[in-house]
Amino acid sequence: MAALGYWRGVALVAAIFLAILLFVPAWFDLFEVLQMTQYIVLAIYALSLAYIWGFGGIVSFGQAGFFGLGGYAFAVISINMGETTVPFLLTIALCFSFAAVLGYFMFYGRLSDVYLGVVTLVVTLIMWKLINHTAGPEYAIGKARLGGFNGIPSIPIMRVPFTDREMDPGEMFQYFMGLLIFVYLGLHVLIRSKFGRIAISIRENEVRTSLLGYDIRRYKLMVFSIGGALGGASGAMWATYQTFIDPNSFSLEMSAKCLIWVMAGGVGTLIGPIVGVVALQYLSLKLGETAFINNLVILGIILVLLVLLMPRGIVPTLHDWLRKGLALVRQPSREGAQ
Amino acid sequence: MDFALIVLIELLRAVAGLVLIAAGLAIIFGMMRVINIAHGEFLMLGGYTVVLTTKLGVNLWVAILVLAPLFVGVFGVIVERCIIQFLYNRLLDSILATWGLSLLIIGAVTVVFGNTVEGVATPLGGFAIGDYKMASYTLVLIFAAALILAAIFAGLKYTRFGLIARSTMQNPGMAEALGVNSKLVYMATFGIGAALTGLAGGLLAPIAGVVPSMGVYFIGQAFITVVTGGSAIVAGTLSASTMLGTLSQSVTFMSGPVFGDAALLLVALILLRLLPQGITGRIFSRSL
Repeated sequence: MAALGYWRGVALVAAIFLAILLFVPAWFDLFEVLQMTQYIVLAIYALSLAYIWGFGGIVSFGQAGFFGLGGYAFAVISINMGETTVPFLLTIALCFSFAAVLGYFMFYGRLSDVYLGVVTLVVTLIMWKLINHTAGPEYAIGKARLGGFNGIPSIPIMRVPFTDREMDPGEMFQYFMGLLIFVYLGLHVLIRSKFGRIAISIRENEVRTSLLGYDIRRYKLMVFSIGGALGGASGAMWATYQTFIDPNSFSLEMSAKCLIWVMAGGVGTLIGPIVGVVALQYLSLKLGETAFINNLVILGIILVLLVLLMPRGIVPTLHDWLRKGLALVRQPSREGAQ
Repeated sequence: MDFALIVLIELLRAVAGLVLIAAGLAIIFGMMRVINIAHGEFLMLGGYTVVLTTKLGVNLWVAILVLAPLFVGVFGVIVERCIIQFLYNRLLDSILATWGLSLLIIGAVTVVFGNTVEGVATPLGGFAIGDYKMASYTLVLIFAAALILAAIFAGLKYTRFGLIARSTMQNPGMAEALGVNSKLVYMATFGIGAALTGLAGGLLAPIAGVVPSMGVYFIGQAFITVVTGGSAIVAGTLSASTMLGTLSQSVTFMSGPVFGDAALLLVALILLRLLPQGITGRIFSRSL
């Protein structure tokens, strides 16, 4: 019964997403469609952390490492190959492998939570430094110059898969929205699978899970790698959406934003972080227009306040209020049944 | 022969640099298991204190040795009272909150002072070794790093506060039962860690450009040094700084500073794979 309710909620969200996919390009003007495309890409980025944090207990402070790596890998491969379908898949595979190698050192070294956070943070910092350093013409991979702090311009626009036709903004919106629905449903299926349940039990109690005979290192490695692949995919989508990528995609701010979205939306949910992305990006867009408040100040205040006042995030808190409210309304009629 | 001496001094400078930027963090992490992500911004505030007060005509050495640690230390105590104290049993949350703090400080300093590089002239001039010239200030840095480590060691080992602090670190419950106010100890520890970081920021101000975002260039090395060193404050910082500093400086000699950083990380990763608790988790595990 509970499981049925779970899937009903998931189906409802998927249906709403599908409606957005079908109707938004026709009903909204170009600027708004582009804006929403950005939210979708960042939502997939947020889901990459929401999954490993909420359903594997792994807090990566360097999710921007995968985002940036995905963006740069896609840029380099697609500029060299001149199309986008295979580069997109190759990028995801590359980010998956990179996460697997990094994860090997961290999980098979049995690093504790704090150390793990610091290592992911520092790896991202080093990548940021390295890529900033590649300004000279000698740093080129095939036809693509890495460009240092100037970034890589003229990245190919996403083509309709297996053809040579560039997507128009509406099509790109629909394609990305379709990917978001796929990722959202896919993660739910994964979470409810045997693998997903074991990952959750590791989050709950590592020692007990390993005493039950599961190799927790292997499961954590897999969860982390899936998160890395998703982060890389969102980075690639970001690169093709902007047709440009620069070292800021590796920045600490990018990692922090991801943590803030997931925290704000609620760790342990998948819809929460998506809501977090849209709400906070919209907020910073509006506050950015006033131009006298620094964006970093806003992000910092939000993060500190979230930790101190609402550590469980918006969606779980609202969910609780709603349930309590409903319980109050239903109280009289229930008493007889109990 | 002259060249060998220069190389030796450069290696020592690299080690001293790591000791300076990591010491404050190591105290806070070693005592409280709190990783302060805003550590780089504490350094930056130390640097700004020196730049601004020397502009107002304060003697450079007073600014570096007194004002920078004083200001950042007081700031650290305020941060501890306002944020950290609520998060002592929530490790992850304390990291996230200090991360928020770090963004907040960068943003606020950018708004107030602008995103421009400030600096103070390197004092003391230079001296010659054979055909090579060196800045005398390098020797000051090496000396200061050695002095800071010695002071931490002596403070922990031979003073009453050090004894209380160590006992709180080992077993907070038992220390409280014996009448120690552990909250006060944590507050003082955080303040001392912050003050040391301010001192380091002040010492680095004459050789590094002071910008709101300068923390980013230091925190990677600081974190990796502390994590690699493990929980023993003095022995951990010293062993990790020596090992990583020598190595990254050697790579820097051969192929440039960025690859030096990358080498530092790579070695640290491999070390952590072999010694997950850091160097002092396995070796020197009974030292301070």
